[in-house]
Amino acid sequence: MPLFDYAPAPESRSIVSLAPSYGLFIDGEFTEAKGTFKTINPADEEVLAEVALAAPEDVDRAVAAARRAFESWSALPGSERAKYLFRIARILQERAREFAVLESLDNGKPIKESRDVDLPLVAAHFFYYAGWADKLKYAGLGPDPRPLGVAGQVIPWNFPLLMLAWKIAPALATGNTVVLKPAETTPLSALFFADVCRQADLPPGVVNIVTGAGDTGRYLVEHPDVNKVAFTGSTEVGRQIARSVAGTGKKLTLELGGKAANIVFDDAPIDQAVEGIVNGIFFNQGHVCCAGSRLLVQESIASPLLEALKRRMSTLRVGDPLDKNTDIGAINSKAQLDRITELAGVGSDEGAERWSPPCELPDRGFWFAPTIFTGVTQAHRIAREEIFGPVLSVLTFRTPAEAVEKANNTPYGLSAGIWSDKGSRILAVADQLRAGVVWANTFNKFDPTSPFGGYKESGYGREGGRHGLEAYLA
Amino acid sequence: MPKSSTSSRLAVRKTYKLYVAGKFPRSESGRTYLVDGDNVALASRKDARDAVVAARAAQPKWAGATAYNRGQVLYRIAEMLEARRGEFKALGVAGSEVDAAVDRWVWYAGWSDKIAQIAGGANPVAGPFFNISAPEPTGVVGVIAPETLLGLVSVIAPAVVTGNTVVVVASNPQAAITLAEVLATSDVPGGVVNVLTGRAAEIAPWLASHDDVNALDLSGVGDSELATELERAAAGTLKRVVRPVSGVDYSEDPGTGAMTALLEIKTVWHPKGF
Amino acid sequence: MTATATSRLSHLADSPADLRTFLHGLPGVDKVGIEARAAALGTRSVKTTSKAQAIDLAIRMVDLTTLEGADTPGKVRALSAKALRPDPADPTCPPVAAVCVYPAMVPTAAAVLAGSGVHLASVATAFPSGQAPLEVKLADTRDAVAGGADEIDMVISRGAFLAGDYAKVFDEIVAVKEAAGPAHLKVILETGELATYDNVRRASWLAMLAGADFIKTSTGKVGVNATPPVTLLMLEAVRDFRERYGRQVGVKPAGGIRTTKDAIKYLVMINETCGDDWLSPDWFRFGASSLLNDLLMQRTKLTTGHYAGPDYFTLD
Repeated sequence: MPLFDYAPAPESRSIVSLAPSYGLFIDGEFTEAKGTFKTINPADEEVLAEVALAAPEDVDRAVAAARRAFESWSALPGSERAKYLFRIARILQERAREFAVLESLDNGKPIKESRDVDLPLVAAHFFYYAGWADKLKYAGLGPDPRPLGVAGQVIPWNFPLLMLAWKIAPALATGNTVVLKPAETTPLSALFFADVCRQADLPPGVVNIVTGAGDTGRYLVEHPDVNKVAFTGSTEVGRQIARSVAGTGKKLTLELGGKAANIVFDDAPIDQAVEGIVNGIFFNQGHVCCAGSRLLVQESIASPLLEALKRRMSTLRVGDPLDKNTDIGAINSKAQLDRITELAGVGSDEGAERWSPPCELPDRGFWFAPTIFTGVTQAHRIAREEIFGPVLSVLTFRTPAEAVEKANNTPYGLSAGIWSDKGSRILAVADQLRAGVVWANTFNKFDPTSPFGGYKESGYGREGGRHGLEAYLA
Repeated sequence: MPKSSTSSRLAVRKTYKLYVAGKFPRSESGRTYLVDGDNVALASRKDARDAVVAARAAQPKWAGATAYNRGQVLYRIAEMLEARRGEFKALGVAGSEVDAAVDRWVWYAGWSDKIAQIAGGANPVAGPFFNISAPEPTGVVGVIAPETLLGLVSVIAPAVVTGNTVVVVASNPQAAITLAEVLATSDVPGGVVNVLTGRAAEIAPWLASHDDVNALDLSGVGDSELATELERAAAGTLKRVVRPVSGVDYSEDPGTGAMTALLEIKTVWHPKGF
Repeated sequence: MTATATSRLSHLADSPADLRTFLHGLPGVDKVGIEARAAALGTRSVKTTSKAQAIDLAIRMVDLTTLEGADTPGKVRALSAKALRPDPADPTCPPVAAVCVYPAMVPTAAAVLAGSGVHLASVATAFPSGQAPLEVKLADTRDAVAGGADEIDMVISRGAFLAGDYAKVFDEIVAVKEAAGPAHLKVILETGELATYDNVRRASWLAMLAGADFIKTSTGKVGVNATPPVTLLMLEAVRDFRERYGRQVGVKPAGGIRTTKDAIKYLVMINETCGDDWLSPDWFRFGASSLLNDLLMQRTKLTTGHYAGPDYFTLD
């Protein structure tokens, strides 16, 4: 029995009022579909609501609505579009607590993250792009950049509302209209966002939300009347989408998987490096495409660093996502839990040494203890494949050149981390890493002004910043 | 074209071979095809493979050269091209087009140390962080080049000025190889530009599906079905694809798009604190 | 401390150059990172039973302090009485850890505290500036101990530290430790004047190497006193020091900690940095004065179920 334990401190869920069922948001109205599916709380497997399953004809309706809306929306002065986005940003700020609780319920992420990371970034993203709407000619993309038309956007389940913001804010600022499909397991925050659009008096059809699974998404991106496709998700699906839009002339941006190296040199600020490692892989249960899932530690400090890491991991609190003291919440779905479990099993089978701190996992729901594998080499599957869970593979290196070589030895190229107190080494290593985002002496930092996106098989195009506009303008 | 001699002296003809890794090899296949009376090398998939190896080997050093140095090399290309204008005219290229091609090299030479300032910059993030975005070359680019000399220069120059290396499939062999001779005498490191002559339909699919090619420029692909097929193949490793646009006028201001299409934006964060 | 560790330590002290090399070889501290970590620990939500537990622990960790030019025997007697019975209305309320006063006030406090188990701490060594000859500092220390202090809160020479004269700081601590005899030695680093986290880490290790029983953040007399990140860093230092040399050292943040909410943040920080071994008045203290009343008010709120008012708590 510890001397000082934290009593349960659950955030009240009463701030969210869930309807038993939700329709599709098309042309400013919630409309029904023939099929439905259930969305559950991954922390206890309780059904949260029933959600419409969009069929092809529903997607057709949504695209048609977006097409109709495009004419007037794109003709609106940028300054007016800006005001709608500012309004949306404000409403999101005012409803932040509600959305945070909702996101934690549907996704399983800890409330402290949905409250302190997701929601502030969501509002900030709308604020940022709102300001661009009437300044596009200054973006360095030509004197009169034009919107593309209807954007078909498919987003993942790891940051449901934040990914929605990353997609919708720049699309609307640039004068496009959108049909967005949230992930099958996390549709609710997008549907609540539809309500925000109505509150903001956004013209009907400018934002349409179609819920469903892979088929709905596929139909949307392949829709002939869609001009722009934006996808965030797995590299495998990204590949399929790239194939399917080949020859259509649709503009495509993809933000896909990763297997980021987090490189710790022997002169690193050690306590901050340990925090960075923990934040890199255990933030959002490791359901992060840019997660620092490969720890590359200089062999000369491997042993004390790992000891410190294990000590730190022992303080991680796994459990109820709504508890304000929870550090690691629920795995988003049974399917994802199975995948993590399988790959962790492979890690053990391939001879890597597995360690987790003692932690009690709840009986119901989907859970996975924070785990590290030591003795991993580049030849292990857990060093190459994206696990998308709270599982860290630890490798060692001897020299900076070896660290860079190992870091780059992957088909992915989304992000990387560097920990060192030596400025010139940081800059040289950052130069050589083939990754779209390099965090030096920090990790998993995001900002609407900062472009995000990958090299190689981590996708193409950037989201955020001035660069993020490019994806939505011709 | 057959080169007739005006004097009694018998002319020494040029043999048009490939340009790979800074050398002028024959096709490993031993094949040639007749173009305007010349036997030019007919590149095979293995030549494409070798060219990618050469391009990959040259890429880090080329990208690691200073932008100033790359600009100097590109300007040197312009000088050498200017000096060889007669050769291109002899191949039937209009003098004005050679002039435009020279000027295009000069234009891109000047971009080498400016594009990063246009395409990158500091980002004012909401926190105590230094945050900067800078463009980097995508890597090895497969280029299916347009037929004209100006078109050819207009696709090679923007790719290499930023530090990419290229494997070019050229459909105007004599002009392309003559340009390769210009490059070979212009301080362009071997492997930075590799030129294959032959049939795009035969070679391009190997570049499109090659796991070690990072981007594909389809500017010179006229057949839309082939373009679609190549784009689809490129999806296998998520290559960046520059799609063909019909009716490009290469004499117009090319803008920065041809460069930025082959650049990756890297954003680096670092905390700021005493 | 093991014999080997001791000999390694004395070796370091022999040579100013070795001492410098050692201190400069400690891992760096990233300001943004440590401040983010401290802030994150500050978001822990401590409620109900945990809060009650935390408040009592915090009360037991208070070094109830008065260090004013205007201190009088009357004031010090009153404060000492309050230390023994912080909440006269509630006998279940624990006493604080210690009373902390200037050397001149030590005999007055000692008379009240004698035999109570509440410790008597005295600042010494020309507190707060430390700008006095060593002999004066040692006399100051001896006087305080002779008057009944069993804890000495000394200040380091920040000037010497900032000038890079680590050996001088080291030697002074050793000398004061010797002068303090059986009294526990708390070494005040005055982190607000050290300015950087790297300096705080070095000063922490320097003080521990020289024999400090506690390392303390501040005098309370400069612009920047105890902060959560500085305290976090010092907790990391004592944790790492024990791991390396086997000797446990305590931590005392002082100055500016006024609310229960703040105090609980510090307890969370101990809990998640050093763990149970430091969750005791033997190893962690709050140097504070107004904090105690806020702890008492929150304590009363938890026991009565309604909010408390300042008029219901003694002002000494």
